[in-house]
Amino acid sequence: MVFDLAFIWAGLIAFAVLTYVVLDGFDLGIGILFPFGKSEADRDLMMNSVAPVWDGNETWLVLGGGGLFAVFPLAYAIVMPALYMPITLMLLALVFRGVSFEYRWRAERKGLWDVAFFGGSFVAALCQGIALGALVQGIEIEGRAYAGGWFDWLTPFSILTGFAVVVGYALLGATWLILKTTGDIQVQMRGYAWWLGAATLGTIGIVSIFTPFQDPIYFERWFNLPGSLWSMIVPVLMITLTWTFFTGLNDQSDLRPFLSALGFFVVSFIGIGISFYPMMVPPSLTIWEVAAPDSSLAFALVGAVILIPIILAYTAYAYWVFRGKMDPSEGYH
Amino acid sequence: MLDGFSAEILARFQFAFTVSFHIIFPSFSIGLASYLAVLNGLWMRTRDETYLTLFNYWKKIFAVAFGMGVVSGIVMSYQFGTNWSVFSDKAGPVVGPLMAYEVLSAFFLEAGFLGIMLFGRERVGEKLHMFATAMVAFGTLMSATWILSVNSWMQTPAGYSINEVGQFVPKDWWQIVFNPSFPYRLAHMVLAAFLTTALVVGAVGALHLLRDKADKEARRMFSMAMWMAVIVTPIQIFAGHEHGLNTLELQPVKIMAMEGHYESHPEGWAPLYLFGIPNDEEQRLDYAIGIPGLGNIIFEKPLDKAVMGLDTIPDDEQPPVGIVFWSFRVMVGLGMLMLGLGLWSAWARWWGHLYDAPWLHRACIAMGPSGFVAVLAGWITTEVGRQPYTVYGLLRTSDSLAPVDAPAVAASLIAFIVVYFAVFGAGTFYLLRMMNKRAATQKLGLRDGPIRTAGITPVPGE
Repeated sequence: MVFDLAFIWAGLIAFAVLTYVVLDGFDLGIGILFPFGKSEADRDLMMNSVAPVWDGNETWLVLGGGGLFAVFPLAYAIVMPALYMPITLMLLALVFRGVSFEYRWRAERKGLWDVAFFGGSFVAALCQGIALGALVQGIEIEGRAYAGGWFDWLTPFSILTGFAVVVGYALLGATWLILKTTGDIQVQMRGYAWWLGAATLGTIGIVSIFTPFQDPIYFERWFNLPGSLWSMIVPVLMITLTWTFFTGLNDQSDLRPFLSALGFFVVSFIGIGISFYPMMVPPSLTIWEVAAPDSSLAFALVGAVILIPIILAYTAYAYWVFRGKMDPSEGYH
Repeated sequence: MLDGFSAEILARFQFAFTVSFHIIFPSFSIGLASYLAVLNGLWMRTRDETYLTLFNYWKKIFAVAFGMGVVSGIVMSYQFGTNWSVFSDKAGPVVGPLMAYEVLSAFFLEAGFLGIMLFGRERVGEKLHMFATAMVAFGTLMSATWILSVNSWMQTPAGYSINEVGQFVPKDWWQIVFNPSFPYRLAHMVLAAFLTTALVVGAVGALHLLRDKADKEARRMFSMAMWMAVIVTPIQIFAGHEHGLNTLELQPVKIMAMEGHYESHPEGWAPLYLFGIPNDEEQRLDYAIGIPGLGNIIFEKPLDKAVMGLDTIPDDEQPPVGIVFWSFRVMVGLGMLMLGLGLWSAWARWWGHLYDAPWLHRACIAMGPSGFVAVLAGWITTEVGRQPYTVYGLLRTSDSLAPVDAPAVAASLIAFIVVYFAVFGAGTFYLLRMMNKRAATQKLGLRDGPIRTAGITPVPGE
């Protein structure tokens, strides 16, 4: 085998998860910020800014789950029972939030679906962060199965990562709205973005400090010279992004805060990748140990190589069609 | 509340519950997406405003139903792992890539073009909008194709080998994808989706015709739906019969349960039971009413050829007969009613009173939900009928379970039940309320939705 298929697929799954976080992050963030919408019209605008694209964004989550099932079935089989509660809660939260996009316009008590949209987005984000934290802490395995209890995922660290993701998504939502709106709501969101940006960076900082102590291997990755010099690129990038973020806010830039906030997520994701690699299910299983046979990986890869670029192309097209500032009176005809 | 149930039975019930709820939405959205593409195509071709009005009306209904399908579908893609992780580990290398293809070739296509279909006519122009609508319809059909390939492989596995850790390993993808029951199941399900949608559209048309027989949108949709009923129902009955013969060859035990054949008929002349109460304890069909010999005829076997029964199958390889026997009869019975409805409409059309036939319209309203019931009954037949296996003959359901504790499964099961009934109950209510309005109604919601009909200026504060 010329190509290391498991390695390529680990990269593709990582790409799917990152794309999910980057895309659905801001639309979950809109939901988290929903109670802060000052009027009915503002909330309409907030929801409409993501209505045409949320569905495609969430499909990346299905690709993350479905892709894991396809190419790393053992990882899927171990991680899902281990994260049973947060995953189930996340799914239920996504049900509430997803239907709100349509129900909100069809119900007498639209307030009910406003609450469902907020609650669903908040809980989904929290559970995603908790799942991430639990995975970083490692999963107890016996043979080919999860061997822990059904509350192992609940730790101070996982709660911390849960809130980090909530704050981070809210930041993405606020900066998305800076990009998509004008006037009062834009000013309001720019105000929030200062605080959310500081809080996001703060929680990223705290999580980064604690992460190396979750597993000696992580520690080694980050503090073992000279190899860890490469890892230093992460904090350097983060500092650069912090600068572009706050100067962007200060310069009243529409786009820079959003791109910088996305950058925070990308860089954090790279950081997690540096800690994890080559583990798929920390602390014991590598990507090669959990991979499906090459015949499965190769078959699925043909589809991925052909279809993912096409998907990216029409996703980009959909965003392009709905580009520019929201017009409150237009409301997407 | 659910104390005393094993994790296995709870997990089985949870899967049955979530997948049964889920299948309702795709059965509608597969058919409706194609209907929307046809309506939009006809509008572009004929410039008849009736088609555009119908497109805009059903599009709003589609958006709600599709949203419910998406969120209940995301749940499914994680259920395999949370509750059936041993199955996932073992069968993942074979069925996983098929599901990955479903996501890549279908889900993204639907989701990516849905926004343009719903919101984008003015922004992208008529032609690209038509393209987007067609892509959504194509996506729903692709999705059905892949997921039915997965399900069919689990029913009639082919093209695999088993490795040293007990995983199914792909050997021949062609044989896996086009496994022996796949073409039959795909045809049967896609036709079912079209028919289900036609019955819903027909019922909505009929409702509005009863109120006003001059309602031109109602006339148009009713006529289109009744053409579908009269043409597709016979094809569906034929496809179902062929699917049955395929099952007889590959999963004979399922057919024994469907037909209530506990006993063997070595001399032939097997009866077709019209009625009976399956009694698994005693292994016999109580109060049976059957027509001797018709069993052989339905199976397309010579009358004197032996037909074997469940008495040749060990008890621990039998499905629960009662459920399979009855769900099969519900499906077939509804199919016959649909055929009758289609013929009735053809008769009314022939005599020129299709739009002025109140009893036909009332019958159509009564039959509106029958497609969903038939789809569920059909799936119950095929899924319960292949028990006690997840991968037929190879991996038992009891050996597929995740190592989760019963209380965890019970808690999540209760949560799913409460949430699904509340959320999808509300959704169904909104859908019915939209359907209760005339197609020409500009405002289907209490407020104007995110999907506004072109040319309407929103009133501030609405």
